[in-house]
Formats: sequence, structure tokens, C-alpha cells
Amino acid sequence: MTYELLVSSAVGVLVAGGIFLLLRARTFQVVLGLTLLSYAVNLFLFASGRLVLNRPPIWDKSVTEYTDPLPQALVLTAIVITFGMTAFIVILALRSFLETGSDHVDGESVPSEDDGAQEKGE
Amino acid sequence: MNLFDHLPILPVAIPALAAPLTLLLLRRHPGTAIGIAFASCGAILACALALLRGAGDGAITLYVLGDWPAPFGIVLVADRLAAIMLTLAASLALLALLHAVITGIDRKGWHFHPLFQFQLMGLNGAFLTGDLFNLFVFFEVLLIASYGLLLHGKGPARLKAGVQYVVVNLVGSSLFLIALGLLYALVGTLNMADLGTRVAEVAPADQGLLRIAALLLASVFAIKAAVVPLHLWLPRTYDVATPAVAGLFAIMTKVGVYALIRVVPQVFGPDAGAAAWAPAPFLMPAALVTAAVGFAGVFTARSLSEQASYVIIGSTGTLLIAVAGWQETTLGAALYYLAHSTIAGAALFLVADVVARRRAGAADNCSPGPDFAARQQAGLFFMAAAIAASGLPPLSGFIGKLLILKSLTALPDWGWAWGVILFTTLFGVIGFARAGSAVFWKVEDAVAAPAAVSRADMIAPAIALALLAALSAGAGWASAYADAAAAQALDRETTARAVLGTGAS
Repeated sequence: MTYELLVSSAVGVLVAGGIFLLLRARTFQVVLGLTLLSYAVNLFLFASGRLVLNRPPIWDKSVTEYTDPLPQALVLTAIVITFGMTAFIVILALRSFLETGSDHVDGESVPSEDDGAQEKGE
Repeated sequence: MNLFDHLPILPVAIPALAAPLTLLLLRRHPGTAIGIAFASCGAILACALALLRGAGDGAITLYVLGDWPAPFGIVLVADRLAAIMLTLAASLALLALLHAVITGIDRKGWHFHPLFQFQLMGLNGAFLTGDLFNLFVFFEVLLIASYGLLLHGKGPARLKAGVQYVVVNLVGSSLFLIALGLLYALVGTLNMADLGTRVAEVAPADQGLLRIAALLLASVFAIKAAVVPLHLWLPRTYDVATPAVAGLFAIMTKVGVYALIRVVPQVFGPDAGAAAWAPAPFLMPAALVTAAVGFAGVFTARSLSEQASYVIIGSTGTLLIAVAGWQETTLGAALYYLAHSTIAGAALFLVADVVARRRAGAADNCSPGPDFAARQQAGLFFMAAAIAASGLPPLSGFIGKLLILKSLTALPDWGWAWGVILFTTLFGVIGFARAGSAVFWKVEDAVAAPAAVSRADMIAPAIALALLAALSAGAGWASAYADAAAAQALDRETTARAVLGTGAS
């Protein structure tokens, strides 16, 4: 019971936090949101083989209870892909910020602090 | 085993081998590298045509990777549907590559050719695989390559659009994985054919979860297909991409449509309990709105490439109206229209590039610009592409829409579908006429005429239009093949028997 509750609440909290951050305007928060979401997905995939404690992941005639190895392989694939993608989007967001001068995801330029200072000066 | 037995793996293996070769050779021997890129695309097309011929009699060619039998190992399944998509992708790739090399856009960065080959590898793998998780992996391969291709040539606009495109697709991938996790937890397999036979055994208490998995999977494919309301990423992305790349991307939304056609009948067919045809009630209204939004965008677009982006959305909508019928006749008509609309969309992007290259500052904006060289030829090409995209005779768009309209009459609520398709066609015609008259008929003398450009860049659009003409000339054969492919895609039992072996089902 407790183990299931722990994993499921962890997935729930991570997804909630991930979605909240994904809906933010700036790229850094969105990247963090994507990361949280991918953690949640990895945990969820891991749990999709059912939660079994202290059992071998390999089928053998002498073993009656074993944990499903396939979700672990799937998670490994998912981790590798999301790791690469996170690295890529961090660089992309950085380049986008440097070239456009805005770190907003929708890319529209926002009034910067300099503009505000000019208006005050006028 | 002779080479012919390995045919289904070749469309994945050839670009996977060609990509590193082009990467290594591009700096020192650019000519050789480009030659390898062309040879690879040509070889893929040859394989695709061989598979098309092999699948013509309804045979389902199975390629068991590592000799692990399905459902334990990954299998590649080459049936009629896969062969159609492979042939389409390979033809489009050759066109896009030809245009990129002729216009010299491939030399604006070092990695165009390797990324292009990886993109093809992802596309071909997605069309061939018979395993749902493997489909996810190939989706990722093609997406990662597409991120790079989108950014090719750089520029702030591409970076902005790139961030949005990558974020949307990463969210889509997360949803895909959640759906896969649910399906695996409920059914215990991810092989599509095996899923289809075992999905009926899901316990009654888990039916709700199964329905969620089905709908999540359908929404992931809807993101890829840019179905309203999940279409917002597309216009900006395709508008700013290098035209040759945008031409290749014309098939990317069709990958989403392909995945729907492949997965929904096979996995969430009539036996799937609460998930039986789960996406169907949502798909038809969404498709109607998509077609309307797409062709409204054609009407309001500010540049020819933006217009082409909205054509992609609108034609996907029209296509999904037919797909959402989930009947043999509607699906057959949809497959014919799919082939047509992909090439027509690519042709529009290429023509937009031909115009933009000649008008210098005015680019391909829908506004009067300088009198440019070969204005009449470019205008003629635009007219032909517009005729194809909006669905007027004599090109294949007319036949495609006619087949769709005819097949839709079998559905109970066909009135709405007819209304939307006919009205969007009218809208499209007016939108194209407006853009074309502004670009090709009105000349502003005040603007200096730009330097002349070689006419060689008209080759790729001309071939695209010739392909469309061939598709309408060979419509009888093509639509018969599409109908047979639709019947095969809907025939779950035969596919399951072929994939899992005779004893399994």
C-alpha cells in the first residue's frame, strides 16, 4: 500500500508541477516543466510492469515470482531519448535567447527594462 | 536468405548507413557526399517500389529483427499501406533533395545531408514497424532530425519557431509514453497485431483506463497531424523552414494520419470494449474544423509559404474527414487523397521558393512586387499547384475529393462533411486567386528588379506537378491500390495471423 501510494503520488505531483511550469511564458521554466514531466513519465512507465519488490527481473524455471523486465528496458530508452532532447532544447533556448533577445516561448518581443526607463525619462 | 528477403529492412538501413558517410565526406569531398545522398534516396525509392509491387497481391511481408518471433521481438511489417507511404516518402525526399541541391541551400550549413538521411530513416521506420514502442522510437528519430532540418540555415525566426516546435513535440512524446505505459500495463504487449487480439481480454474494471490510453494515443497522433485545436505549431514552423525542408515536412503531418489509420483499426477495433473506435466520435468534428481553419488560412495568408502551410492543415482536415468514416471505401479514398495532398503541398512550397528567389526584397509576400524574370512560368506553376491543392480538374486533387465525397455518402451524417469540403474548396480557390493575382499580375515599377536567377530551380516543382498529373492519369490503378490497402488495414485478423504466425489467433 505505502509503496504504491508513494509512487503514484510522486507521479501525480511531478505531472502537476510539470504542467504548471510548461504553461509559463519563459523558456527556462518550460524546460524545467518538460524535465519534470519526463521524470513523471519515466516513473509511470516503470510502474506499468506492476510494482514488485525484491524479485529477479529474469525469467527462470526455478523462480515463480519475478518482476517484469520489459518496462525497465522501455524506461531506459525513454531516459536516453529525453536526456538528449533536454540537452538539445536547453541549447536551442539559449541560442534563441541570444539571437532574438527574448526568452519568451511565444517569441514576441516584450518591453524590456530599457524601454521602461526611456518612457520614464520622457 | 537472399537480398530480397531483407527488402523490408533496407529503407531503414540505407539512410542509416548513408547519413554518417555524408557527414564524413561533406567537408573534403562535397560532390561525393551529395552523390551518396542522391544514391541513397534513389535506392530507397527502388526498395519502396519493389515493396509496392510485392505487396500488390495482398501479401504481408514480415521481417523479424534478430529472429525473435513476434510478439517477443520487434517486427517490420510491409503491407500495402506501408508500401504506399514508403513510396510517397521516397519520391518526396528525392524532390526535396533535388531542390535543395539545385538552389544550393544544402550548403548553408554542414549537416543538411546527414540530417536529411536520418529524417528518412525515421519516416521509413515509422511506416514499417509493427511494434508500438518501436513506432515511438522512430517518431523520435524523425523528430530529432526534423529539429535540426528546421533550424538549417539559421536565423532568429527559425530559432523562435524551433523552440515552440520542439516543446510541442516533446509534450507529445511524453503523452505517447504515458499511453504506451497504460497499454502495456493493461494488455501486457506492445506488438500492434498482438495488442489487437488481446485487447478484448482486458478486465471490465480496467475498461476506463483502456479508453484513456486509446484517446491519449489518438491525441498524440493528432498533434503530429496538426488537427485543430492542436495545429497552432504548424503554420509558423513550416513558414520559416527552408523551402526544400518544408517540402519534405509535407509528409510529416501525414505520418500522424498514417499512425491513426494503422493503430486505430488494428488495436482499438470493434473488440476493444470501452475503447472500441474510441477516437472516432471526436475525429469527425475535429477534421471538419481543421479543414475549415486550414482553407480560411489559405484565404488570409500573407505570403505564399504561409499559404502552403495552411494548405497542409486544410488538406489534412479533408483527409481526416474521410478517415473518420472508418469504412473501406472512405479509407481508400483517403489514402488516394493522402498521396495527392502530400505532393501538392510540397509543390506549393517549392513554387513559393521559386517566386521568393526571384523577387528579392518582396520575397513571396502576397503583395505587388518588382517585375521578375520568368514571371509567366512561375505564375503557371503556381496556378497548376493551386489547382491541385484546391481540388479542381484536371489534376489529382479533383479526383481525390470526388472519391472522398462519393464514399462519404455511405455515412449517416454526410451532409456536414459535404458542406465543409465543398465550401473549403471554394474558399481555397478564391484565396489562391487573390494571392496569385497580387504576386503575378500586379507589378510595382518603383522597386528595382533583382538579379536574374537560373531557371534550374524550376525542375523540382515541375517534377512535383508531373507526379500529380501522373497520379490523375493513373487514378484508376492508384485508387484501386488504395482501396485494397484500406481493406487490408481494416482486416485485423489476417494481419494478426501473418504477424503472429498461424497458430496464434
